[in-house]
Amino acid sequence: MEWEVVIGLEIHAQLATKSKIFSGSSTAFGAEPNTQASAVDLGLPGVLPVFNEEALRMAVKFGLAIDAHIGKRSVFDRKNYFYPDLPKGYQITQLHEPIVGLGHVDIVLDDGSTKRINITRAHLEEDAGKSLHEDFQGMTGIDLNRAGTPLLEIVSEPEIRSAKEAAAYFRKIHGIMTYLGICDGDLSQGSMRCDCNVSLRPKGQEKFGTRTEIKNVNSFKFVEKAIEAEIARQMDILEDGGRIIQETRLYDANKDETRSMRSKEVANDYRYFPDPDLLPVVIDDSYIDAVRNTLPELPDQKKQRFMDEQGLSAYDATVLSATRPMADYFESAAKICGDFKLAANWVMGELSAALNKSGELGIENSPVNATQLGQILLRIKDNTISAGGAKKVFQAIWDGEGSDVDGLIDSLGLKQVSDTSAIEAIVDDILNKNTAQVEQYVNAEPDKRGKMTGFFVGQIMKASKGTANPAVVNEILKSKLDAKIGG
Amino acid sequence: MALERSDVENIAGLARLAVSDEAITQYQAELSKILDLVAQMNAADTDNIEPLAHPTDAVQRLRADMVTEGNQREKFQTVAPATEAGCYLVPKVIE
Amino acid sequence: MHNKTIAQIAKDLENKVYSSVEITQHFLKRIEEQDKTLNSFITVTAENALQEAKNADNLRAKGEASVWTGIPMAHKDIFCTDGVLTSCGSKMLSNFVAPYDATVVSNFKQAGAVSLGKTNMDEFAMGSSNETSYFGAVKNPWDTSRVPGGSSGGSAAAVAGRLTPGATASDTGGSIRQPAALCGVTGLKPTYGLVSRWGMIAYASSLDQGGPIAQTAEDCAMMLNVMASFDTKDSTSIERPKQDYTASLNNSIAGKTIGLPKEYFSKDLDPAMAAAVRAAVSEFEKMGCKVKEISLPNTHLAIPAYYVVAPAECSANLSRMDGVRFGHRCENPKDLEDLYKRSRAEGFGKEVQRRIMVGAYALSAGFYDAYYVKAQKIRRLIKNDFVAAFKDVDIIMGPVTPSPAFKIGENTSDPIAMYLEDIFTIALNLAGLPGMSVPAGMVNGLPVGLQLIGNYWDEAQMLNIAHQFQLATDWHKQAPAGV
Repeated sequence: MEWEVVIGLEIHAQLATKSKIFSGSSTAFGAEPNTQASAVDLGLPGVLPVFNEEALRMAVKFGLAIDAHIGKRSVFDRKNYFYPDLPKGYQITQLHEPIVGLGHVDIVLDDGSTKRINITRAHLEEDAGKSLHEDFQGMTGIDLNRAGTPLLEIVSEPEIRSAKEAAAYFRKIHGIMTYLGICDGDLSQGSMRCDCNVSLRPKGQEKFGTRTEIKNVNSFKFVEKAIEAEIARQMDILEDGGRIIQETRLYDANKDETRSMRSKEVANDYRYFPDPDLLPVVIDDSYIDAVRNTLPELPDQKKQRFMDEQGLSAYDATVLSATRPMADYFESAAKICGDFKLAANWVMGELSAALNKSGELGIENSPVNATQLGQILLRIKDNTISAGGAKKVFQAIWDGEGSDVDGLIDSLGLKQVSDTSAIEAIVDDILNKNTAQVEQYVNAEPDKRGKMTGFFVGQIMKASKGTANPAVVNEILKSKLDAKIGG
Repeated sequence: MALERSDVENIAGLARLAVSDEAITQYQAELSKILDLVAQMNAADTDNIEPLAHPTDAVQRLRADMVTEGNQREKFQTVAPATEAGCYLVPKVIE
Repeated sequence: MHNKTIAQIAKDLENKVYSSVEITQHFLKRIEEQDKTLNSFITVTAENALQEAKNADNLRAKGEASVWTGIPMAHKDIFCTDGVLTSCGSKMLSNFVAPYDATVVSNFKQAGAVSLGKTNMDEFAMGSSNETSYFGAVKNPWDTSRVPGGSSGGSAAAVAGRLTPGATASDTGGSIRQPAALCGVTGLKPTYGLVSRWGMIAYASSLDQGGPIAQTAEDCAMMLNVMASFDTKDSTSIERPKQDYTASLNNSIAGKTIGLPKEYFSKDLDPAMAAAVRAAVSEFEKMGCKVKEISLPNTHLAIPAYYVVAPAECSANLSRMDGVRFGHRCENPKDLEDLYKRSRAEGFGKEVQRRIMVGAYALSAGFYDAYYVKAQKIRRLIKNDFVAAFKDVDIIMGPVTPSPAFKIGENTSDPIAMYLEDIFTIALNLAGLPGMSVPAGMVNGLPVGLQLIGNYWDEAQMLNIAHQFQLATDWHKQAPAGV
């Protein structure tokens, strides 16, 4: 049977506020256990939550960025369940009246076409703490530093149809969050986590199949692989005539498979109700407009501008606008050298290759910064150095041998000679020293001659220690050789 | 409204309260009586009535995004039943 | 000396009739002698109190004293007190030394008051007789075989027994007014949002409100001056201009219109109680007030709605009592579930467990609309009743309780009978309105309370009316035998 895959994602993004959503504790990552857990975060008797204005602003920003309905009245609810990393025995979240309603994003598919994914809602809630299972002699240690960190949970419609689309959607949301500066986007520290709802149905059937939920996937690659693994598992079961059990599963990256989480003793009944310690959050149009005015240019707008104004290909524009650090780097390098296409080639070529090779370096930590690359490219443009020379400067900065582009061009002796008389002298010298090869050239069939010029160019470049401007060399060489044929 | 034993077991489970067999019998009777009292609400016509969650019609105040709380772990953990290396201890949690 | 009111003590301290240390020692001695019988305190902080009194005397010597400097008082054990046991009347928190002060507590500290200790209460403020306290029942000073009312029974009994001139309290369904009535003292439940709930251990967040219990309306006004404060730590605290509640106590009340809800004089009310309340109302007529019968037609729905809203909120509020970060933890839990279930079953008393379960049931899948939403709609109806009534009257009056103090043990076997004790008080909490209980007569040698119900934020007028009544009557001056 032919199966259709149905996927919906719930992305939890930690908002980049300084303090927690309902308390004045720091949200900084990596502190000693429980040193950033205040009385409110610990849920001590008598404490009360007060809502962080920045969390609200960030949520509204996101909503505007995905062209969503903004809830002018939103309400916090309590979601009741017991777990040691949930200090109050309930999580403060938004069920019936979320801050962000229906919105959408467009993702680019492999064939270059775009697909719209609708976003059902995005709501504010508090993160839980962490359970630590090692080092406690058969016990579990609870660290509540993370408890109360603001989360925006972004719920997609079940409109995603493949693991690849899911990864592209996750990347897209990641791009928007980081562009807006409302999430640091650091997946390795759990700043964005993803729950994937996956089901299969016979192609053409309207009714959804039974779904499973893969919890807490925290990388683009794992989203794709986890969903692939789950699709394969479900397909095996269905092809054998079996039934899918609705459950939560975990992805095991080592085994590349999903496994069932321990089933809960008591069926979940979260008993949501409005949190009586918090009042309805009410905002008006002027608030929304003020937030709208602070929105930066977003990936899609940037991409369009790169294509329309700078003539980049759709592919290049997509890659270069995908993340804010990438786009910022690219744009500032391009502006310095004045050539967006040249900058695009270098950022996607030399720079990306070097970053990939380094393994963990992000573009924002590149040893060659955007200004330096821009200056290198500027020196290509003004014929100070050749492309080859540029690569040498790039490598030298990358290796820490210097930071001043013009200084390095000098000290490495990479300045091109474009002075015709100097080059003419070298060309004459080489032609005089290689009379046999000149002879061969003159006597060769015209269509073979082209290849033979390579020899002379090589010799000339060697003699100039690579500093002769190749274009000038080619021009002079050709006219001198032509003169010999003619003579 | 008469509750079944299983209802009491279920809500005691949701509320994480250990209840003995005799206690279930007692709660079954008492909670049923309370729900009978509560059922008097049904006599009221509440069509087109907006629910009232808070007595005042106030809206949420916002807090400036500032770190105002320092580390008070030592003080807070003096009242904790079991801690180690700064963490609260609970029986092993299996995921 | 111990019969003195807060206002009198303030004057005496100012006139150096005695020092704060002397008056504090006096009350500490009374507690030591009398409280073995009354059991109105859970914790007495004698050492702290004397230190605070000494500091107060020093301030006064330097000429830096203000009204409250050196005045002894006590806090209901529902308010967190930094470094002092804060049990909320429960085994669950019988080892909980709070690491911070409630706003109400720090307000009194800042005002210079001396805290004698923490008063007994129904467990987590759930009860109308003070019999659910883990620390034992409180006795009514008027008849120690009877209950003082609840949940602020410790505060009311301590004031009635003259173990403290005033005490903080809290009111979720009548927990200030009902014990004040049964003990013959004056209590005030403010408008929801006037007194910060920060550090006041939550029972039902949308109903809970802190307030004072003292001998007189004037003392309640003085206490409310300290208690009422806008608090950025409490999202439900309402920002309003600071008021001096003593300023208008002596205004004339002639011409005010008093509303008497006919539903409050129903068959549920002991005829002797009704007579006492009517007698009190006629005192107001003598002072030039007009009386008007009004109707609050949804009164009968208040108790049913309350027993959805309060249990629902408490079922979540008390989930944090899980034996992990503070409070009671069972011995040798075999796993996490066992830790939760036994710690909570051992730590909570029966009434608390009943309400948690009712709340969990009312919120559970499939019942939310029928119970919780329905109850919220009834809250609206009840509020609308009051809003309509206040278009025609300045204040509403009626009984506080259906009968005077009952015998200890009389209602413990029947939770519902106990719930009906709050029939006249509960509607105010659902609507968020302020109310008072003022001593207004005696029935069979036991005090009767007159309930005053004010419009929103109308505490000053309510206190003014109560004070004028107390200038004209001496019910509030009567003390139990031997006091």
